[in-house]
Amino acid sequence: MTLQSTDTAIAEEPGFATRMLRMLLADKFALCAAIFLLLILILAIVGPSWLGDLATKQNLRGRNAAPFDWERGWVWWMGADALGRPLLARIIVAAQNTLMVAAGAVAVSAVVGTLLGLVAGFSSPRVNQVIMRLADVIMSFPSLLVAVIVLYILGSSILNLMLVLAITRIPVYLRTTRAEVLEIRERMFVQAARVMGASSKRILFRHILPVVLPTLTTLATLDFAYVMLAESALSFLGIGIQPPEITWGLMISQGRQYLTNAWWLSFWPGLAIILTTLSLNLLSNWLRIALDPVQRWRLEMKGRNNG
Amino acid sequence: MADHLLEVRNLSVEFHTAMGVVKAVRNISYHLDRGETLAILGESGSGKSVSSSAIMNLIDMPPGRISSGEILLDGVDLLKMPAPERREVNGRRIAMIFQDPLSHLNPVYTVGWQIREALTTHGANAATARAEALRLLTRVGIPDPERALDKYPHEFSGGQRQRVMIAMALALRPDLLIADEPTTALDVTVQAEVLALLEELQQETGMAVLIITHDLGVVAEIADRVVVMEKGELVEAGTVREVYKNPQHPYTKKLIAAAPGKGEMHVPVARSEPVLSVRDVRKRYGAFEALKGVSFDLMPGGTIAVVGESGSGKSTLARILLRLDEPDGGSALWKGRDLFTMSPAELYKLRRDLQMVFQDPTQSLNPRMTVYQLISEAWVIHPDILPKPRWRERVAELLVQVGLAPDHMGRYPHQFSGGQRQRIAIARALALEPQLIICDEAVSALDVSVQAQVIALLDKLRREMGIAFIFIAHDLPVVRDFADHVLVMQKGNVVELGTVREVFEAPRQDYTRTLLAAGLDPDPDVQAVHRAARLQRVS
Amino acid sequence: MLKFVRKRAVASLISLIGLIVMVFFLSRLTGDPAALFLPVEASAEMKEQFRELHGLNDPLLVQFARYVGDVLTGDFGESLRKARPALDVVLEAFVWTLWLAVITMALVAGAAIVVGSLAAFRAGGFFDRLSSVISLIGASVPDFWVAIVAIVIFSVNLAWLPTSGTGSLLHWILPISVLFIRPFGIIVQVVRGSMIGALSSAYVKTARAKGVKSGPIIFVHALRNAMLPVITVIGDQAASLLNGAVIVETIFGFPGVGKLMIDSILQRDFNVVLAAILVTALAIFLMNLLIDLAYALLDPRIRH
Repeated sequence: MTLQSTDTAIAEEPGFATRMLRMLLADKFALCAAIFLLLILILAIVGPSWLGDLATKQNLRGRNAAPFDWERGWVWWMGADALGRPLLARIIVAAQNTLMVAAGAVAVSAVVGTLLGLVAGFSSPRVNQVIMRLADVIMSFPSLLVAVIVLYILGSSILNLMLVLAITRIPVYLRTTRAEVLEIRERMFVQAARVMGASSKRILFRHILPVVLPTLTTLATLDFAYVMLAESALSFLGIGIQPPEITWGLMISQGRQYLTNAWWLSFWPGLAIILTTLSLNLLSNWLRIALDPVQRWRLEMKGRNNG
Repeated sequence: MADHLLEVRNLSVEFHTAMGVVKAVRNISYHLDRGETLAILGESGSGKSVSSSAIMNLIDMPPGRISSGEILLDGVDLLKMPAPERREVNGRRIAMIFQDPLSHLNPVYTVGWQIREALTTHGANAATARAEALRLLTRVGIPDPERALDKYPHEFSGGQRQRVMIAMALALRPDLLIADEPTTALDVTVQAEVLALLEELQQETGMAVLIITHDLGVVAEIADRVVVMEKGELVEAGTVREVYKNPQHPYTKKLIAAAPGKGEMHVPVARSEPVLSVRDVRKRYGAFEALKGVSFDLMPGGTIAVVGESGSGKSTLARILLRLDEPDGGSALWKGRDLFTMSPAELYKLRRDLQMVFQDPTQSLNPRMTVYQLISEAWVIHPDILPKPRWRERVAELLVQVGLAPDHMGRYPHQFSGGQRQRIAIARALALEPQLIICDEAVSALDVSVQAQVIALLDKLRREMGIAFIFIAHDLPVVRDFADHVLVMQKGNVVELGTVREVFEAPRQDYTRTLLAAGLDPDPDVQAVHRAARLQRVS
Repeated sequence: MLKFVRKRAVASLISLIGLIVMVFFLSRLTGDPAALFLPVEASAEMKEQFRELHGLNDPLLVQFARYVGDVLTGDFGESLRKARPALDVVLEAFVWTLWLAVITMALVAGAAIVVGSLAAFRAGGFFDRLSSVISLIGASVPDFWVAIVAIVIFSVNLAWLPTSGTGSLLHWILPISVLFIRPFGIIVQVVRGSMIGALSSAYVKTARAKGVKSGPIIFVHALRNAMLPVITVIGDQAASLLNGAVIVETIFGFPGVGKLMIDSILQRDFNVVLAAILVTALAIFLMNLLIDLAYALLDPRIRH
């Protein structure tokens, strides 16, 4: 793509990044969500090497230590689990697996689904039909049940978990992309490119994909939350991530038997999941507006009024 | 006080947008009496529809705000009325019809239901409502009205839908009918019928009509008085004849001067070896025959206009000549080689010679590419035309050639006006140095004044570069000014083919005569003669 | 309209066949079926005997034909655990799940449509913001977490509701409430978005010009148009209820198909597992067909 390199500065309008940043500042909820997610992301990257030892060292005297004990170090503020390991440290360490599985599943399903959707929307009716039936099959799978079986047969590992979740989410991207492609390919600017002699590849990736991309970004953000919930559900059932690896879902499951006398074991990881998915949902709502040229003014106006 | 049925006084409406506060109309005043027709004339962005939305209470607030003025209906200010009372006015005293009846009718309810609702909302009982709906549909001339009641909007043609809208609007015999561009999306013959129906109904009921339009012809045909709007301000008012014959404001003068159909007709280029020779082209979609054997020749540097109403197959012809669609039969010889049997490699080469300009530049330009990217894409696809270091220079040249500035090349299409966008689209077509450009309704989405400029540009290209044109249009006056040959199409057939003078001055076929007679002339006197002639033919 | 439904039914049937094929190959090709079907401690002879008995040494295609024949006649083999036909066991449990899903979905759809519509009518107003917050949180919480927290609060601490099992109406309250939350949050948002679109459409403008009151404009003019995308989401959510109930059923000891599956997996009762997957899939197919029918009923343009 040699084209972009020769771009001149655009008069009147600020660049994409400044514009997005301004719109983000205009929406307080989305801003908080973005900051929170950034924090979680950083913790997920540095967590295991930073707190890994602390999170796995057993301390039988501190079993089920209660939270809000400000006397001890900050890692103990959320209390400790049944083996006396600090919960806050464990949550930070578990963030890596939790996010990695979700990110991997979203990335795989988004890329595969989008490519299939592009192909389905742009090729002959027959190929289109085959791909759509395939999507129907996956859609009508009782996805969680199939995940249960597949993980049972193949054995559960982070990779398998990622793949199973990815497969069940492919149709989401496939259908959206295909529907959009079918609409966009009839638009005049695509016809104009064909009249100029542009190849199918050029039309797909240069003309159609950039128009679909905002929708897909919004969708992927939303789906990240969904996949996270699905992973934690599987881990909760005991067929997702296996100890000694930890995820937030697994932590809830481990704390379940102590619910009546040590509620914090399950509560904190649950809260971590809620805050993360809530942030993702908020961010996705914001993205939907910010990336839509028709609705964008709402945010830009707010930003103006706020100063 | 209440000497006028409707009086709008010093109305100002503003909208809050990302660009700040936009004053859509500023301090406008006009009035309307019973039995009278007032036209609000203006181009896009003039704010011509805003005051009627304010009358109907259809402005969304926010982002809209009525910052000053009053709207008096029989002396009572609508803007100060309590909400329930105001709602009673809508439908009962004032009714409205819109430009695009398909989207303005609810797609999931039958038209009978929607007409009945207009009646029952204001207190009619169900049984009388049904009988009344049937009477109304019969009155507006819907065939088989009994069965039509149970049909859905998508099962009617465009003209019939507008008739349904009229039936619904007139259900309660309102004192005032507001018609917002009621015939813009319709074919000329249908437009004439709908306008005639409106006039008849006005005479029957004695209602006042407020018609909003961009078309001087519509004003000449139907209105008694006209107000002209430009950029939110009312610049001129008077009787239709006064304003047309003796316009005061420069904008009105410009608008009237830009009306097409008055220039010298073109003399066809000398007959020589045709550059494109189309023979017996056929196309069917399932059971529908879109093209039933179309043949014509195009000389180098010549311009052939293809005219016809919707469904005539004129756009299908364009798509097939560009191989965007495959024909079912026939041939098209481009410099002696058949377009329809070309291999992909040959076709790729051909793209340089044959280009197209589309109807709506808003849609034909990729919104995410800059002007530079849009124009230079031609050379990305066909790298042998121009070496990369010369691209910027050439884009600048092309922009100047189509009347834009070179420093526009870094901007995106949405930063331009409609007319400027169409210039960009033309520059993009020129980038391939084509010998034939197919224009598919290339100026019909543009305002009249802009239309004239774009036509002038195309004319310049034709003279200076010897480009041949196939000019597809439904608007006959524009065709008259631009083409040298005219091909009239109806339902996939060629009805008539001749030089522009032959077709416009001595049409041989009835259909051509009907088309020409249905066209509206901007001059109210000329139009009055046309109308008298038409009425005579009917009776 | 019949043609449309028939076309969709054929398409669904193809998908169902696809599913049967996949389930077959999943169970035969991803390892030794004998190892899957038999207890872990089974000896080599037992496995060989098992293979002989069930024709597992035959060519794959022969096995496939036999398997399809069995499936078509509703024969999924015996449940090893209960010594009854696997299909019977599954159907018994499925009735429970179906009731749970149907009741929950009816409540969700009704509540979400009303709340979403009202929020859309005054977009940006107080009610809209309140419902946005509630629906966002609803769409974000993990249901299993809510379930265990609810048990602690309502069953253990307050002792108002039973923790698990069935029997009285009280037993249904917690599972239904927990299942309600997420689909409610998601559907409210879809209804709201779709309604905002419908309320700003041209035909609503016409209705306002006719003098129609706000009530009928929202619930007669806009809602029926806005329902089309909503119906799709309701279908997706109902499908995920049918299989997502696994967790809630497990936690609340609800004898539905989800719990049955988890129990069967843990006890290596593989015939039951396969039967349960196919029965659930069939139910989802039928539901998709209903969704298509609803589509055609709501939108006359699709019927043609």
